[in-house]
Amino acid sequence: MKAQKSTLKLILFTFGMFGFGFALVPLYDVFCDITGLNGKVTGPTITSYDQELSTREVKITFITSNNKQMPWSFKSSSPQMKVETGQDYLMDFTFTNTTNKPMIAQAVPSVSPGRGAKYFHKTECFCFEQQFLEAGESITIPVKFIIDPELPEDIPSLALGYTLFDVTEEFANLQAIN
Amino acid sequence: MSAVIDSHHDDHHHGPAKGFSRWLYTTNHKDIGSMYLWFSLVMLFIGGAMAMVIRAELFEPGSQIVSPEFYNQMVTNHGLIMVFGVIMPAFVGFANWMIPMQIGAPDMALPRLNNLSFWILPVAFGILLSTFFMEGGAPNFGWTFYAPLSTEYAPPTVTFFIFSVHIMGASSIMGSINIITTILNMRAPGMTLMKMPLFVWSWFITAYLLIAVMPVLAGAVTMMLMDIHAGTSFFKAGGGGDPVLFQHIFWFFGHPEVYIMILPAFGIVSHIIETFSRKPIFGYSSMVYAIASIALLSFVVWAHHMFTVGMPIAGELFFMYSTMLIAIPTGVKVFNWLSTMFKGSLTFETPMLFAIAFVALFTIGGLSGIMLAIAPADFQYHDTYFVVAHFHYVLVPGALFSLLAAAYYWIPKWTGKMYDETLGKVHFWMSFISVNLTFFPMHFVGLAGMPRRIPDYAMQFADWNMMVSVGAFLFGISQLLFLFIVLKCIYNGKAATTEVWEGAKDKGFEWTVDSPAPYHTFSSPPSMESLKSSS
Repeated sequence: MKAQKSTLKLILFTFGMFGFGFALVPLYDVFCDITGLNGKVTGPTITSYDQELSTREVKITFITSNNKQMPWSFKSSSPQMKVETGQDYLMDFTFTNTTNKPMIAQAVPSVSPGRGAKYFHKTECFCFEQQFLEAGESITIPVKFIIDPELPEDIPSLALGYTLFDVTEEFANLQAIN
Repeated sequence: MSAVIDSHHDDHHHGPAKGFSRWLYTTNHKDIGSMYLWFSLVMLFIGGAMAMVIRAELFEPGSQIVSPEFYNQMVTNHGLIMVFGVIMPAFVGFANWMIPMQIGAPDMALPRLNNLSFWILPVAFGILLSTFFMEGGAPNFGWTFYAPLSTEYAPPTVTFFIFSVHIMGASSIMGSINIITTILNMRAPGMTLMKMPLFVWSWFITAYLLIAVMPVLAGAVTMMLMDIHAGTSFFKAGGGGDPVLFQHIFWFFGHPEVYIMILPAFGIVSHIIETFSRKPIFGYSSMVYAIASIALLSFVVWAHHMFTVGMPIAGELFFMYSTMLIAIPTGVKVFNWLSTMFKGSLTFETPMLFAIAFVALFTIGGLSGIMLAIAPADFQYHDTYFVVAHFHYVLVPGALFSLLAAAYYWIPKWTGKMYDETLGKVHFWMSFISVNLTFFPMHFVGLAGMPRRIPDYAMQFADWNMMVSVGAFLFGISQLLFLFIVLKCIYNGKAATTEVWEGAKDKGFEWTVDSPAPYHTFSSPPSMESLKSSS
């Protein structure tokens, strides 16, 4: 019957759109990677620059914050620094587990303004892995970064923000295996 | 399919069954349409009562009647109920009643599915409302349920909310599949697509929008469910997800949803204006193309709801211009309505009053929409009462007025009795005055910076807010009058003629059957010749 045919097509379309909703998740990630939308940053890409490129001074601000009731202390050794584009820099971040039980945390980075994100290259960063600290333990880890000399002229400063998440429950199993 | 036709033959010899089982087992499009309409009227009073609580709390600055936590639950559930429980089911109710009659079909194409899609709705809203009596209280994260507010920070009842949304979505999708199948396969001979009544056209397009975006909403709430219970990280930044992704998925559903709630209104208003202007609608085909282009554009404008999340300038510009583009087909429709009225022999019965008010006030809502579409200005307006004023102008004197207009317009055909015209006019004027008293001052406080979704506000907004609250109480009372008018019409109305409205016989098949419409209509399809001028 004609009616059954159209019903079947419409049902298939419905399931297709349900799948499309989920397809939006990887599509969104790809889109953000290309455009640097949302200050999303990718892994280490560039490690050094040709010294002959013209450089300029950019102010970098470091922001650390804790998600929800994350009790750890989490700080950068200095709130901001002035850097030359195209050169390597280091900034130390200190994590302290202030609780009396072992915990696992992960810092999620974000660069603002968002369109500056793709010019902020982190060559070494703790944001790619989880931190495991015993009760009361403290650790200092550096972030190595280079600012791309092609950073648009109208961006005089960049902010690198880290939000620290408690992922103890999510990664408890992993830790046990290790 | 053949089984369905057989059952129709059987039913012909006797009327509807008696008692509750008539309603529980019915596959009759008129019964199901009536149930949808009564359901949405009940939900209107429940959602309206929540609005009254909100306005009572905001009557004066300071916290007086409810706790901020309960206030948030009121705001959230008011929005959810009005969108999913009132406007959408009411339009589906009109679709059930009128589409088969307007295209000359004996019933909907899939009558049992029709029964199911209605009866799961009370279940969905039963689940949603039951959360008020659970520990942690009802959902309190706003009707847009942005993650992580609706995941990590949500009350435990969020799981009930998610299943309730799943069921509502299933109901809408089944209803839409039914409507499209009916329209595609069951039109009277000679009724080509471009001869269909505009209400049928508007629902044809709306149904496609529904099956395109309701599954996406179902996907979004499923992701929330998995984030909460299965340890995934779709929207959790800590696990590599992104909360902004939620807003993109939600508004990919949400913006077409806005048009789902207004396109059928366009169809209804077109019928009413042509009937009471005693002219065929001006620019029929441009009306159809306008509805279709609004529907297509609605898929590429979603991010104008979230200009402030941080977007590249190119993105802001794209969404700003595509949004403004929608004003063009919408303008075409408004000018067509005005041109239909121009030099018509107008009379101002209650449905016409509501339809004219719809055109005027919906246009106000549309214009504030253009203001909000301006990306740089939106940073100022975002999440203020200006936004609240905007969407209430398109949904209350827009969608809701069109529903009231449609109820007055078709109730004589449903019940065979006329409503009380004087009371109808009183209802209109009370609604018209109070709706403006309620929502117009919201523009002012919004532009002055009053944020939305707060139980308390700064002193300088006090006067306007008191006025808004008075308007809201008056609007609430006016709708009780509507209930009275409907009941009076059913039990005590004067008999209506077959045509009901002067000259309506030429305007559509529904006006060629007896009043009240018999339980089964068009067992054999009518001929297009019976409409002297097909519009």
